[in-house]
Amino acid sequence: MRRSLQFLLFTGVSLIIFMLLPLHALRAQQRSADELREQSFLFKSLQLTDLCLTTEARYTRHPAMADRHAPFQSHPVALEHFPSGSLILPLLPGRDRL
Amino acid sequence: MIELSGITKSFNSGKSNQFTAVDNVTLVVNPQQITVFKGPSGSGKTSLLTMIGCMARPTSGRIFLRGVAAAVPFQQDGVEVVEITSLPERFLNDIRRSTFGFIFQQFNLVKGITVLENVMLPAYPTGEGRADFRARALDLLEQFNIARLSGQRVELLSGGELQRVAIARALINNPSIVIADEPTAHLDTKLSQEFMAIVGRLKGEGKSVLIASHDPIVFDSALVDSLVEMRDGAVINSRSCR
Amino acid sequence: MKRAVERHLNILEFTLASLLRRKAKNLSLLAMYLLVIFILASLLFFVTGLKREAAVILNDAPDMVVQRLVAGRQDLVPDGYAAEIAAIRGVTAVRPRLWGYYYDALNGANYTVMAGDDTTAISEKATIGAGVAKVRNLAVGDLLPLISYDKAPLLLEISAIFPSASNLVAADMIVISPVDFQQLFNFPSGQATDLAVTVRNAKELPTVAAKIAARFPDSRPILKSEIQRTYQSVFDWRGGMTLIILASSLLSFIIFAWDKATGLSAEERKEIGILKSIGWETSDVLLLKFWEGLVISLTAFLLGVILAYGHVFFLSAPLFAQALKGWSVIYPDFKLMPVVDAYQLAVLFFLTVVPYTTATIIPCWRAATIDPDAAMRY
Repeated sequence: MRRSLQFLLFTGVSLIIFMLLPLHALRAQQRSADELREQSFLFKSLQLTDLCLTTEARYTRHPAMADRHAPFQSHPVALEHFPSGSLILPLLPGRDRL
Repeated sequence: MIELSGITKSFNSGKSNQFTAVDNVTLVVNPQQITVFKGPSGSGKTSLLTMIGCMARPTSGRIFLRGVAAAVPFQQDGVEVVEITSLPERFLNDIRRSTFGFIFQQFNLVKGITVLENVMLPAYPTGEGRADFRARALDLLEQFNIARLSGQRVELLSGGELQRVAIARALINNPSIVIADEPTAHLDTKLSQEFMAIVGRLKGEGKSVLIASHDPIVFDSALVDSLVEMRDGAVINSRSCR
Repeated sequence: MKRAVERHLNILEFTLASLLRRKAKNLSLLAMYLLVIFILASLLFFVTGLKREAAVILNDAPDMVVQRLVAGRQDLVPDGYAAEIAAIRGVTAVRPRLWGYYYDALNGANYTVMAGDDTTAISEKATIGAGVAKVRNLAVGDLLPLISYDKAPLLLEISAIFPSASNLVAADMIVISPVDFQQLFNFPSGQATDLAVTVRNAKELPTVAAKIAARFPDSRPILKSEIQRTYQSVFDWRGGMTLIILASSLLSFIIFAWDKATGLSAEERKEIGILKSIGWETSDVLLLKFWEGLVISLTAFLLGVILAYGHVFFLSAPLFAQALKGWSVIYPDFKLMPVVDAYQLAVLFFLTVVPYTTATIIPCWRAATIDPDAAMRY
């Protein structure tokens, strides 16, 4: 086969796989709806507010529940989180309160 | 038949360094003949050939192609004359691709790709099917006894082989006119004679061959039908050798 | 039509032959390009996945958390607050939460200890997260000894382990009964860590929060939307690590594209002259360069994105997990739900493929517009 057709075939196959990614994601999401429900149940019964990431650092495990003044906190109203805390705008009064 | 009437080509016109490469040339080049443009370098041979070959436009004057099957879409049957200097760019390109084949002094082959690819290169943008022109290219390589080199890269070739590749490339689109600019400048005597033999064969196949050269092997060759002598952009002598 | 297709195919053919000439150079170029796309796409997938996970999970979080501050630091909330807040119009439920951290000197891990409500948590039993089970090598029925704050050992029998599907929220959790919790931390009774407040109408949340703040000046209400927003921002592509990685790889890519754009070698220029002289039009040469840019960039883009998808959602992003999820002794070992954000992929496409292809074509523009007879004058 000519090289150009080989290339186009290769690109076509890649493109199809690329197009299939969102479909795969959608299916996986549907399939795992039960799992999510389980997590939600846990969340509801324990009234959790946080994800379990960087568990040792108090200010990351529970960014929502930090003190007003804590290490790495950039602003008293900011919800602290290192290092992104320095980049995230704090929720200043009157701004974007849902 | 190619008819030139009052062709002038000036560079940098209107500026202090203006110079006229071709000065008011009127000439008739007969079809299916070998025409040699003879003259020292700077005499305007190359400039004249580039204008005939639709590579450049003259500053003034007109060029007619008569009885040449040129690819002009609006050309009506029966009308045998094409005036090329006034054609829009894209028609000019079409004519250049389909009617003319070029052989350059430095061969101008593309390094790194194979002999076969080099020969097929002018056919790529024409939109012709690859299988068709590939067969033609292989056929041409066969004709010039370099078929065994078709898969080789051009930088590994000898001077004579390079030249034959360059000729094969000029012929790939099946042109009726072949233009060669100082084709023997980088060749020894034997190869130059070989080149003239090939040119003779092309003529035998009914092609018109236009050669710019100041090499005696070329202009003294018995194959030459007419000789045009040029100096300082003007034709000083034009005669038939027959 | 057929001729146009053939022309493209033929020119593509030459593009490929021409790219293969400098195989080592172009393959390394492709590899580098692929790596940039792979990193960026992995990042996007990972961050979008985490954000979605956080959004879905936090949907079920309490509407509001009320903390009490003493001298600007968080302190325990007396139960009396809960009763008064529950009386505010619009509040449907107030639940005092008991939670804290337990530092395990044995392995340096930090557990999150929570008191479950009386119905789910039985005395002297514990439900633990998979992460805790892993670092302490525990199975259901085993005993987990903890040292309470008054130095007395507290033996807890593992009654259940949270399924690994819930790792993202519960990997480091130990859920015990409120009585055990008070014993473990020497926690004063009649107080809570904070209050989880449920409100009937989400639109009333700010009003309720304002009422709470007015009634208890030392309280600090945190809305669910604030928590959600924080998480969205934390994992947002502008945030922290993401930004750093993104910026550095984008920057290196710009340098590389710029280098490519400015470097049209004499040989390339001569080649363009040859093509022009043998009958190629300017548009043919530009088409050649277009294909040249597209072959490299489109291949890198498609392969990079596909590989990144596999890397993040099938292999759980081993290359970035440490940087993006954070390092910990208890490492939440979770699989992200695949999410594809078309907008982000489009942005990635327009930030990489388009500029690269343009950067390949533009410098050739001038070279390609030379007169076809220029090659005759060499």
